[in-house]
Amino acid sequence: MRLVEGGPLDYLVMDYLAEITMSIMQKQKSRDPRLGYAKDFLPLVEHILPRCVEKSIRIIANAGGVNPRACAEAVRGVAGKLGLSDSIRVGTVAGDDISGRLDSFLSRGVNLENMETGESMHAIRERVQSANVYFGAWPIVEALKKGANVIVTGRCTDTGLSLAPMAFEFGWKEEDWNLLAAGTVAGHTVECGAQSTGGNSLVQWQKVPLLAKIGYPIIEAFEDGTFVITKHKGTGGRVDVPTVKEQLVYEMGDPRAYITPDCVADFTTIQLRQDGKDRVRFSGIQGRPATEFYKVSMSYSSGWKAVGTLVYAWPEAYAKAKVADKVVRERLKSMGLKFEEILTEFVGVDACHGPLSGDPSPDIAEVQFRIGVRSQNRDDVERFTREIVPLVLNGPPTVTGFAGGRPKVEEIIAYWPALIPKAEVASVVEIL
Amino acid sequence: MKVQLLKLAHARSGDKGDTANIGLIALKPEYYPALVKEVTATRVKKHFRGICKGPVERFEIPNLGALNFLLHESLGGGGTVSLKTDAQGKTYSTALLRMEIDVPRKLFRGHRPKMAPRKKR
Repeated sequence: MRLVEGGPLDYLVMDYLAEITMSIMQKQKSRDPRLGYAKDFLPLVEHILPRCVEKSIRIIANAGGVNPRACAEAVRGVAGKLGLSDSIRVGTVAGDDISGRLDSFLSRGVNLENMETGESMHAIRERVQSANVYFGAWPIVEALKKGANVIVTGRCTDTGLSLAPMAFEFGWKEEDWNLLAAGTVAGHTVECGAQSTGGNSLVQWQKVPLLAKIGYPIIEAFEDGTFVITKHKGTGGRVDVPTVKEQLVYEMGDPRAYITPDCVADFTTIQLRQDGKDRVRFSGIQGRPATEFYKVSMSYSSGWKAVGTLVYAWPEAYAKAKVADKVVRERLKSMGLKFEEILTEFVGVDACHGPLSGDPSPDIAEVQFRIGVRSQNRDDVERFTREIVPLVLNGPPTVTGFAGGRPKVEEIIAYWPALIPKAEVASVVEIL
Repeated sequence: MKVQLLKLAHARSGDKGDTANIGLIALKPEYYPALVKEVTATRVKKHFRGICKGPVERFEIPNLGALNFLLHESLGGGGTVSLKTDAQGKTYSTALLRMEIDVPRKLFRGHRPKMAPRKKR
C-alpha cells in the first residue's frame, strides 16, 4: 500500500512463490480444484485495487501458483464486490505446470537430469509433488499487449516480472540482449524487496534510518536501458551504492553469466552512480543471447526431520548443554534408531559460524542446545522428538525453554533443479 | 600489516541448493586490489574448513569492487534438507569477514584501523 499511495507508480510487481510454496499449493489444489494459488493476494487486491484503478497502476504478481485461472477468477470476484468489474482486465500466464507431463517427457528421453548431480529424474519420479518451468518476461508482455491491467502468473522468474513492463512500454525486442539484460539486472535488484533499500544491509547498518517504515524499491526505467533504483520520499531505509552492491551480489553465481529465460546478463558490465539522495543510477549493462532451455523446479518428498531445543543458564551454561547433547546421543544410540544425520548446534556459541566462532566466554549467560535429526523413517524421527523434554528432569540443571513441548516431525520437501528445451513447453496467456 | 576483512569490506551471502555464495565488496576502491591478491579461493576454502566440504570458486567483479565466492557443499544438504540454523548461509558473509589478511601499510595513511582482535584459539 505504501508503494501505491506514497508517490508516482505505473506498475506494482509482486513475488509470491518461494520454492516450497508450489508443493503446498499442489496439495491444496488436489483437495479443492478452486485452490492452489496465493490466497493472501486477495485481501491485498481488495485493499489496493480502488487506488490502482484510479491511478492506472497495473499489477503483476506470480500469485497464480499452480492455478492462475482460479486466482484470476477470485480477483474478478473481488473486483465485482468493489464495483470495479468494468475497470479491470485480468491476464493469466499458465503452461508452466508440467507435473502432469513428466512420464511423457521420460518416455521420450527428456530425463530432466538434476543440474547439480546429473542424475535422471527417474530416481525421484514416484515422489514428485510439483514440477514447474520458470517462464520469463515475454508471456507477461503478451498479456500486457492484450490489455491486461492485473496479471497473475504461475511460476516465472522474479526478474521477468520487472523486465516485462519495460519491454512492453519501450517496445524492446526479443534479441535486444543488452536492453533485456538491463531490465533483468533491474529485476534482480528489486526482487528481494527492501534488501536493496537498506534492509539486511551490513555496511553501516546502525545508520539505516527508520527500518520500521522502510520504503520498497522502485525502478525508474528509461528506454535506453539505463535506470534508477529509488524509493518513495518520506519512507525509511537507504538507497546508496554500497547498499545496492550488496543486493547485486546476493545469490549470485558466475557474475558474467546471470542466466534467465530472457537473456544472459553480464554483471561485470554494470556501472553504478549515486544520483541524488536515495537514488542510484545503473548504466552500461550488457547481455548475451538467451539459452535454449527453461529451468525447471521440481519438489519431491525426501524423508523426515525434527529439531529440538533447550536453554541452559549460567553458570557453566555451555558445559551443561554439551552434557545434554551427550545424553541424547547415547540414548538414541541405545535405542538403535537410524538417522542419516544428527546435528548439534549450541546457539550463542557456534550455530552461525561453526568452528570460526572461537571459544565462548567462560561466563556466558546462557546457551541454547539445539539438536536435529533426519531419516527416511518417520517412526525414528518421531521417537527422537520424545527425548528432549524429559531432559529437563533427567539431565543437567538450570534448564528451560521447553514450553513448546515436543518438537514437530516435518516432511522434507527437497528440490530438483533441471533444464528443459524451450520447445517442449509453451506458455498460455488468457484474458478474463 | 594484518587487518581483519571487517575493516576492508562488507558482504552479503545466500544460497543455491547446498552451495553458499558470498559477495565480498571493498569498502573503498583502493582496498580492492588487496582483496584480489589475498582473498583467494584457496584461502577461503581453508578459512571455512569444517563448514565447506566441497570446492570453492571465485569470480572477480571489478566494476563493483567485489569478489563472489561459491562454497560448494556447505549447507548441510541445503534448503529444506539441512538441519542447520543457518541452512541458507545468510550469516556466512560475516564469517568470511573474520579473516585477517596482509595489506600494505600505506593503504591506511592518515587513519589507522583498529587492529584485529587476537584469535582465542
